[in-house]
Amino acid sequence: MKEKAIHVVLMLLAFSAIAALAVITAFIFKEGVPIIAKVGIKDFIFSSDWYPLEGQFGIFPMIVGSLAVTAGAMVLGVVLGLACAVVLTQFCPQGMVAVIKPSVELLAGIPSVVYGFLGVVILVPLIRDYLGGPGLSVLASSIVLGVMALPTITSISVDAFQAVPRSYREGSIALGATEWQTTHRVILKAARSGIVAAIILGMGRAIGETMAVIMVAGNTLDVPHSLLDPVRTLTSNIALEMGYSAGDHRQALFATGVILFVIIMILNSIALTVSRRRVRKGAAR
Amino acid sequence: MTQVPSSNGGVEQAAEWLMRRQPAAPAAYCPVDRPAKMRIEDFGAAFDGTEVLRRLNLEICACERLAIIGPASGGKTTFLRSLNRLNDLNPGFSKTGRILLDGKDIYDRAMDVAVLRRRVGMVYAVPIPLPWTIYENIAYGPRMAGVAGRGRLDAIVEGALKSAFLWDEVKDRLADLATNLSGGQQQRMCVARVLALEPEVLLLDEPCSGLDPISTAKIEDALLELKSKYSIVLVTNNTKQAARASDRTAFFLMGELVEVGPTSQVFTNPTHHRTADYITGHFG
Amino acid sequence: MRIPPAVTQRAAVGLMWALTILTLGVLLFIIAFILANGLPHVTWTFLSTSPESMGRAGGVLPMIVGSLWVAGLAVLISAPVGVATAVYLTEYTREGRLTAVIRFGADCLAGIPSIIFGLFGFVFFTITLGLGFSILSGALTLAIMVLPTIIRTSEEAIRAVPKSYRDVSYGLGSTRWQLVTRVVLRSALPGISTGVVLSVGRSISETAAVMLTAGSALGFPHSVFQSSRTLALHFYVLSREGLSMPNAYATASILIIAILLINLSAYALMRRFVAKVV
Repeated sequence: MKEKAIHVVLMLLAFSAIAALAVITAFIFKEGVPIIAKVGIKDFIFSSDWYPLEGQFGIFPMIVGSLAVTAGAMVLGVVLGLACAVVLTQFCPQGMVAVIKPSVELLAGIPSVVYGFLGVVILVPLIRDYLGGPGLSVLASSIVLGVMALPTITSISVDAFQAVPRSYREGSIALGATEWQTTHRVILKAARSGIVAAIILGMGRAIGETMAVIMVAGNTLDVPHSLLDPVRTLTSNIALEMGYSAGDHRQALFATGVILFVIIMILNSIALTVSRRRVRKGAAR
Repeated sequence: MTQVPSSNGGVEQAAEWLMRRQPAAPAAYCPVDRPAKMRIEDFGAAFDGTEVLRRLNLEICACERLAIIGPASGGKTTFLRSLNRLNDLNPGFSKTGRILLDGKDIYDRAMDVAVLRRRVGMVYAVPIPLPWTIYENIAYGPRMAGVAGRGRLDAIVEGALKSAFLWDEVKDRLADLATNLSGGQQQRMCVARVLALEPEVLLLDEPCSGLDPISTAKIEDALLELKSKYSIVLVTNNTKQAARASDRTAFFLMGELVEVGPTSQVFTNPTHHRTADYITGHFG
Repeated sequence: MRIPPAVTQRAAVGLMWALTILTLGVLLFIIAFILANGLPHVTWTFLSTSPESMGRAGGVLPMIVGSLWVAGLAVLISAPVGVATAVYLTEYTREGRLTAVIRFGADCLAGIPSIIFGLFGFVFFTITLGLGFSILSGALTLAIMVLPTIIRTSEEAIRAVPKSYRDVSYGLGSTRWQLVTRVVLRSALPGISTGVVLSVGRSISETAAVMLTAGSALGFPHSVFQSSRTLALHFYVLSREGLSMPNAYATASILIIAILLINLSAYALMRRFVAKVV
């Protein structure tokens, strides 16, 4: 009897994650969808006019901004993140793993405001002085976000590399391949879907980041034309204006959240599908 | 086997028929002077539909040591784990027939599995000390059963360790981690851990497979001592151990009970040629 | 012209190491830069007084207290739910549709950006439930945010407990609940703690979500129904509005040291767990 009760209680608690997801989705959509309907989905997404006080809500520049900084972040994040993962799993003596792995995890633990702050005091002046423009830019955001997405990419790729059977590596080396040939022709290939999942989740991290981007992106409302232009992302749009918004304006910010939510969910689903396929493939092996 | 008169064709046929069918359904009951503690009736077991035990009939008597021998994957361990329903933990497990403990079906809905497992205790092939102190290991079972109070637990721990011949070796280090004991000591601690529950039946699944001869001898001594209080079922791969440390022996082959009888008889004059082959080491 | 494999090997390995060292360099630089500029300003007065004139002067005591309240409460709410979920997934059910749904929920939750949690917490806890900008609103929001981390680490820790312990415990007549509480959770505790400690770190670092839920009141929080500015948010306001660079650096130093300590203890716990179980 008591056991039965415990079972039921645990089951209910176990559903809290999915329940929270449902409630979050419901509330974000409930707040945001009416204004999208009012403005029209096409205008909302493709109009460049964001004048909340005049009732004009077009988030096209922010969508472009989010995509631009995310793309830039991925260039840096993927290169550094994969390099760390390769070194950690292939070339690194055990003793060094004990240093590098916690360090990368620590990188994930540093508050995003600290990243943003360093971006402002170091990166932005450097870009302004050497490359021109206001410094607050797509480039600065990309670099900051790239470093921030790196730990996600590294840790998931490390898992993917470690899932590759040892025998693949040994087999390849036994056939006379060098360590690097093995890594790049055998291991990277076998872990491909895991790496894709890692990159996609890293993208999710970058596109969803808020505080750091606000600090270094400049937040202007124009569509950026170069890496050195300032930019506003979906996330910073919400965080910047939430404090003083009301009525339709507030709803439009929730609607911005809806778009962001949809993008993230699409990325998550792709990552989940890709990694699930990997699991299935792994099980068949 | 009885001598069959050659003159009578009918009797001869009957006797032949009996001889042929006997191994499949052996009469496997206790010596009359001892009551049956557990009674296995037409018991079969399967995992995910694959049959592992087939129509088993056997009795386990009070105060005896029953050895179960046979080649690997013959169903010995499955049989043992059926006796206290540990197989229930495997989701693919299914069974047919009945197992009675003191006349009550242990697979009956009314049977409290926790109580059953206290009455029918189990020692595993490798010693599995929980990563705690010796004292905590021994006291775990009684605590689960609701025994509280330092004094009572102390007495139970001491009694159990004495019964397993381990008390003298560990009485001063009960607060040490059990994982620091030697392999033989760990296994005797596992025996003590089960004895702390004062079970009625003691199941041992190749308890000496990882132990040296001296530790093995200590365990066998303990079993002899324990026999006065418990029914003991000992699964072993070591036929010599079965010969030394049991009163009756059952031979399992490919999920079937081939024969069972007094150990001396099974080892000196087995009924079935397969038993003889196995014991003498001619098994392919 | 074909480059010999041995040359590619050396070049590639060198490049990989260079990139890794660059990454570590960035980390070291961040920590060193913040601490070098901030630690001189971290004085006892700074730690033990309230801010004056919006943080231009004075200390950060209310923010430290606010951060601890928000993070502590968040984990206090999230840990029981997360561990219960992990226990349910590992001990009370078999892999199937049900576990797939629960895992899907946790995975999706893990991917949601903190600003969305902020929006949700704002509309749900502060407005709909009427909790207002308060420590409680912030803590509840963060509790949902860290839930997936706690579920995942607890599940891994529980799965690492040897299966044979279950046989032993059941064999000694324990019920499932006794097995879970006295054997499984006890063995998995260091692993679970790792997840909990990392969640505390994540809660302390979080800014966007607490800004929209816990608010940014500067006063000393006396109850969980009051608004309180956390350290991370205070640091953001100080640096963004250019109120006081020394105080901003000092606040960042406190954050960095907190995160360092948290990660170190999580690491130590994990090592202990691995040593004990494996």
